[in-house]
Amino acid sequence: MDYSKILSKKAVGLKPSGIRKYFDIAAKLDNVISLGIGEPDFKTPWAVRREAIKALERGKTVYTANAGLIALRKQISEYTRERTGVEYDPDGEIIVTVGGSEAIDLTVRALVEPGDEVIIPEPSFVCYKPIVELTGGVPVVIDTKEEDRFKLRAEALKEKITDRTKLLILPYPNNPTGAVMIKEDLEPIAELLSGTDIMVLTDEIYSELTYGLKHFSVISLPNMKERTVYVNGFSKAFAMTGWRLGYMCAPKEIIKQAVKIHQFGIMSSPTVSQYAAIEALRSCEEDVANMVDEYDMRRRLLVDAFNRLGLNCFMPEGAFYVFPCIKSTGLTSDEFCERLLYSKRVAVVPGTAFGESGEGYVRVSYAYSREHLKTAVEKIGEFLEELKSGDR
Amino acid sequence: MDKLLKLLRTNARLSNAELAVMLGKTEDEIKNTIAELERTGVIKGYSTVFDEDVVSKDYVRAIIELKVTPKAQVGYDDIARHIAQYPEVESIYLVSGGYDLSVTLRCRSLKEVSDYVAQRLATIDGVVSTTTHFFLQKYKESGIMLISEEADERIMQ
Repeated sequence: MDYSKILSKKAVGLKPSGIRKYFDIAAKLDNVISLGIGEPDFKTPWAVRREAIKALERGKTVYTANAGLIALRKQISEYTRERTGVEYDPDGEIIVTVGGSEAIDLTVRALVEPGDEVIIPEPSFVCYKPIVELTGGVPVVIDTKEEDRFKLRAEALKEKITDRTKLLILPYPNNPTGAVMIKEDLEPIAELLSGTDIMVLTDEIYSELTYGLKHFSVISLPNMKERTVYVNGFSKAFAMTGWRLGYMCAPKEIIKQAVKIHQFGIMSSPTVSQYAAIEALRSCEEDVANMVDEYDMRRRLLVDAFNRLGLNCFMPEGAFYVFPCIKSTGLTSDEFCERLLYSKRVAVVPGTAFGESGEGYVRVSYAYSREHLKTAVEKIGEFLEELKSGDR
Repeated sequence: MDKLLKLLRTNARLSNAELAVMLGKTEDEIKNTIAELERTGVIKGYSTVFDEDVVSKDYVRAIIELKVTPKAQVGYDDIARHIAQYPEVESIYLVSGGYDLSVTLRCRSLKEVSDYVAQRLATIDGVVSTTTHFFLQKYKESGIMLISEEADERIMQ
């Protein structure tokens, strides 16, 4: 069969994730020291795992309500209110999804018409553009810059707003840059949007992982609840990536559409995971605090190490990545990563995997033990030395 | 717990420079804090956790559960102090539950353990009974895993 005639053009047109390419190379090499992983190295807190075992023992193996267990939605409502001061009705304003990723997909599908423009600050997580393209929406990219600490600025946003702008994506704390947006950064953006019909998707999956400052959500600003879809999840904060559980909170009208799409595509999120997640929100504050402390120390170690090596590295304030600048080597991000991988067996991800504005940077994950990071940094040091002597 | 102590507990060989970077302090601040913790007796010492089986097989470890009759005025302290002075004793704790003192011994042979228990411990005035448990396998010590951890199954995506 000639599949090229059969396959959907939209699907074929999707570019695979730029991270994946390096995984494929790394998988063929022996003894690779990876700094490429985007998920916690911690195990899910024991209390959460125990709840899952209990749920299985009690035979909790059937579908839940489409929007998720009401007990979990109540807990999400409570947890969100404590952190943001914003109240979401568990019955109608919250849906439990298969990871934060599904929540992003549902939001875009519930809001975006073909031809609608979706503004995406970059560098940012790899999924926004493809999801927008699948709905026929038009991604409009804003390049954020290191001088601005990779924050979205209202002036840059203003330039990109047109009559077709439907949605702004706010990916903070940011993967891959580690940038955060504080209240003062968000206020001018909220002001710019006020009086328009532009919606906001705030992807706050890393909200618990901030260092030296408390995360501030855009929904906490006046009048932002009505125009915002708030996405969060369990993967990063509670080291629960494999449980596939996230959630979105939004005005009833939007959740109503999202629940329909979710019902037909997914039915309901994993039941055992949902029971366990109630415990995560209820009792794991200390586990999260311990993980944050450890990430914080690794972050400081890496930033210090890269600056010493002459790779200028800005101090990220969230997530678990550092984003050193490699322009001083004269290599492109892709060349840097490929040569580092082949010559030193160290895997990092090129900044360009997260948008063109990532050129000149690489993403280094610190979801690894300190010993592992130390070994990797030594290898990167050797690599840079060899680069220098090779130039002579 | 204090972050500095937490770090030192699992790796006392971290340099002041490394500690300073991780905790966002200066090297001098770290140096002074550690000196102060040592001076005031918060830090009692530094030890190394290693896999003893690799170095030598000629040792035996045991936990002895002791039931004792506390003495007037001094309670359990007198007996505990007495036992603690022997070099074979690695640790000694007063515990709640079915017995009173938990003593960890490290000796060269089973015979040495049994001699020690029979001749030194059981004969102490106030010791009512002893129960000896020999260590068979060590998995984790001072928060450090002694068995190899599982491979990293995460993938880049």
